[in-house]
Amino acid sequence: MQNEIVLGYPTFDWLGLAPVIAVIVGGLLALMLEMARPKSSNRGVVGVSLASLAVAGWFAVTSIGQPAQESMGGQVVRDGPGLIIQLLIIAVTALTVTFSDAYLRRRGIAFGEFYPLALWAASGAMVMATTRDLLMLFLGLEIMSISLYCLAGLSTKERRSEEASLKYLLLGAFASAFLLLGIAFLFGASGSLHLSALPGSLGSPDPTMARFAEFGLILVIAGLFFKLAVFPFHQWTPDVYQGAPTNVTAFMAALVKPATLIFLYRLLEASLVARDLWMPIIFWGAILTMTVGNLSALVSKDAKRTLAYSSIAHAGYLLVGLAAWAASPEKITPNAILFYLVSYGITTIGIFATMTLLATTTREDTRLSALNGLWRRSPWTAAAMVVFAASLLGMPIFAGFWAKILILQDAFTAEQTTLALVLIVNSIISAIYYVNMGREVFVEDEPEPMFTENPPARTAQGSLGLQVTVAICAGLTIVGALLIPTLFQSFEATKMVDSSVEQAPLTPPDEAWPEKPEPVAKQ
Amino acid sequence: MPDTGFGILSLLLAAPLVVAILIGLAPGKSHGAIRAIGIGGSGLIFLMSVIGLQGFDGSTHRFQFVESLPLIPQLGITYKLGMDGISYWLVLLTTLLTFLSLIFSVYVKERVRAYFALMLVLETAMLGVFLALDGILFYCFFEASLIPMALLIAVWGGSNRRKAAIKFFVYTFAASIFLLAGLIVMAIQLQQATGVLSFDILALQAAAAEGILWAAHPALQMTIFIAFAVAFAVKCPMFPVHTWLPDAHTEAPTAGSIILAGVLLKMGTYGFLRMGIPLFPEASLEAAPVINLLAVIGIIYGALVAARQVDVKKLVAYSSVAHMGFVMLGIFSFDSNGMIGGAYQQLNHGISTGGLFLLIGLLYERIHTRLFKDMGGLKAQMPVYAMLFLIMMLSSVGVPGLNGFVGEFLALMGSFQSALDGVVDMPIALPIIAATGVIFAAVYLLIMFQKVFYGPITNPMLSRLKDLKRWEVGLTMCFVALAFLGGILPNIFLKPMEASVDAVRRMAIEAPGPNKIKWNEPAPTAMANTGEVN
Repeated sequence: MQNEIVLGYPTFDWLGLAPVIAVIVGGLLALMLEMARPKSSNRGVVGVSLASLAVAGWFAVTSIGQPAQESMGGQVVRDGPGLIIQLLIIAVTALTVTFSDAYLRRRGIAFGEFYPLALWAASGAMVMATTRDLLMLFLGLEIMSISLYCLAGLSTKERRSEEASLKYLLLGAFASAFLLLGIAFLFGASGSLHLSALPGSLGSPDPTMARFAEFGLILVIAGLFFKLAVFPFHQWTPDVYQGAPTNVTAFMAALVKPATLIFLYRLLEASLVARDLWMPIIFWGAILTMTVGNLSALVSKDAKRTLAYSSIAHAGYLLVGLAAWAASPEKITPNAILFYLVSYGITTIGIFATMTLLATTTREDTRLSALNGLWRRSPWTAAAMVVFAASLLGMPIFAGFWAKILILQDAFTAEQTTLALVLIVNSIISAIYYVNMGREVFVEDEPEPMFTENPPARTAQGSLGLQVTVAICAGLTIVGALLIPTLFQSFEATKMVDSSVEQAPLTPPDEAWPEKPEPVAKQ
Repeated sequence: MPDTGFGILSLLLAAPLVVAILIGLAPGKSHGAIRAIGIGGSGLIFLMSVIGLQGFDGSTHRFQFVESLPLIPQLGITYKLGMDGISYWLVLLTTLLTFLSLIFSVYVKERVRAYFALMLVLETAMLGVFLALDGILFYCFFEASLIPMALLIAVWGGSNRRKAAIKFFVYTFAASIFLLAGLIVMAIQLQQATGVLSFDILALQAAAAEGILWAAHPALQMTIFIAFAVAFAVKCPMFPVHTWLPDAHTEAPTAGSIILAGVLLKMGTYGFLRMGIPLFPEASLEAAPVINLLAVIGIIYGALVAARQVDVKKLVAYSSVAHMGFVMLGIFSFDSNGMIGGAYQQLNHGISTGGLFLLIGLLYERIHTRLFKDMGGLKAQMPVYAMLFLIMMLSSVGVPGLNGFVGEFLALMGSFQSALDGVVDMPIALPIIAATGVIFAAVYLLIMFQKVFYGPITNPMLSRLKDLKRWEVGLTMCFVALAFLGGILPNIFLKPMEASVDAVRRMAIEAPGPNKIKWNEPAPTAMANTGEVN
């Protein structure tokens, strides 16, 4: 208590920070254990990682249902959407950790570093999910991204893994520059790094300040679009997804989207006054991202690449949800986006996990044709893969279907008919490549001559960890609909008690130039 | 309407899944056990549907055996099942055809376990479509039937199966997603009109009957009707969106073809009867001339293309396009005779075309070809087969005394009446042209019969052919018996659906208002029926 007063922080929300701390500490422990461990087994490291994630999850669950609050000078926010995304991040990390060991071993990349890096990436994402402060966003984003750059290049023997890592790093640095410049502009316009200052500066009577803020806002959106793989910032996705080890691809796909999107939501919520400015960006971003992603996926011959394009398309669907919410925020909650993220995260981990089965010791064959006849080789994996592909396509009764219904319902309620129709047309396009994938799994072609040299993995059911992961993901994908009421309720229960957006000071920034961000007092 | 817990309908829905799980758990590699479980299980399900639904009361248009359970209240999605006269026969047809086609499936030698399990999963999906009273639930089952059927085609199908399966899947998926969009928009309209977000078909119909569903945006009714009609028309299939059907039918394994023709196509026409007409009364009446025109084109076109086929199965597939045209013509006549004829013709088509596909399958298992040029002179070799084939073929042609006649006659008569009375604003020429379709059907089916059964034996393989085995005769006799029963005593089938079909007709033609016919008025007589299991 003493410290808080000295530092001028009215509240120090340990519970809000506890999940992040647990994950970071877990990463440190895992790293230390990794150095001391017997080289033959990663079990201890996996155990520590899972345990820390469990602790983090427990903290996050206990926070649900409590009134939302912002603490530590507005740097940490604890609310419904943030907690749900945190829990999702914890879940996808745990699922990835569970199935990774056998895969890394088989590929000959039994790096214990995977676990601490994965945990830290998760902690960065969790920070992003629970802040309304631009500097904290940058911090979380960089923690997450740098860990992911390393993870993408984990398979040092493979050139394409290194290429993926470098490409991701270079383009990621580019995007960070956008983001930082945008943050600088926003800070320059308002004198605050907190999102609550945005309405004031965007609606500033001084046109120069308003232009500054608008320019900064667009730059920040561009930086976030890069992480989300929104057109035209999507170019890195296929190469990185294809090159990175499959478990890392799974992790990346399921981790980055929720963390980034939730911040984008907070950012846009804070800048609703400038909706006319960014609404076209979201609108056209959604349309182009969906269409480009799906059309590119049609011609891809590689399973991981196809899924990379499909992840681009899903970013577009998410933007549709965002646009629908933005068009009438008084009628629509971000529940649809949240559920979409949950469903997408679980399904993605599942489908990539089944794909790790295709890896042989020497090199990984992820061509679509490598899936050929998978059903004969391992029927349960094939069945699970169909469940995941059907969910990504939005077939009933799987989670992806309910997610799509929620998005469509929002889009129609907000009278964003164009977006809804584009989404529908895109769903139809996507059916072609998902069905193609399913066809490869179930229908056996005559073996191609090249298979005689490098036959696809005659695999058994995979390791226990993989089975557990796939079973959990498939189970959640099938009963996904039952999560919707819980999600809605927890969101209702943890609504922001008062929104600082409305209370934002409208004073011109040069008059209000505080020493540090205004602490937002909460009860 | 009283909300009851789980009853006979849920039991019917769950039973095939349970059998499928049992098949999955069946020990060892013995195909015998799997077949026994599959056939025995589906037989029990058929018995269950016959006995469990005995309490069905055909004198009312109300839904019976209603079950209701809020599933996702935030989205207005309810687990709501119920049965009326239209779905009653379709449910029985589904359970019967699944049973019979599984008996035939002893001919399947590859991946038997998965095959039987998929057939049973498909049965659940089909039953779900006919029982669902919630739009989203309906859509779920509507789509859920896609994956098993596409897999059945893709894995156990003919030589061109991959393309056919993908075409089938993408085609029907593309169409039905418009149904989903339409449902969502409709639910939003209901929410704006009444403040309640619901996909309940009964609630939607009540709102449509009172004229409040489309009051805010009258133009929307036609738009959404078109979205629904696209989804159902592809499933039917109607000209010009029928092109998936010949491929899918031809490449599907025999049991798949039976189910596809017998039940899956009916989902389209059933969709029109359950939602397309009751929820969009004005729009469906307005669109009726166009739909009737397409139906007539389908009848003539299907017949002409069928006459040019060299593949038996493809010929029957194209004849399906023609026959479903009669169903649509009957339904969209909005005449009491015509509509009941259309609804009846659904069943007849299931029986006659299902029977034909079964017979073609039995022959295919013997000679492994479906081309006319490899056949000829079969009558001498397989007299019993030829006789059974003739009966099923005549049933398909619509010869008096067999079931096809009654349905087509009623449908055509209704269509005439409707054109004469001006109920549907269409030229009298349309039903007249449609009537010639019956003659065309006789032409191409008789040509087929001649090519297959008469003439000299050209294929040396045929001279060693043996006639049908006893169980095969028994299996086919089920179809033959139903064809005769439906032709001689049609009232057995017509009576129970009369009230329900007439209710749909009145939903279409009565002007909206508080007194318009509805499904969900808790009338005192209906109370006694709803929820009663036995």
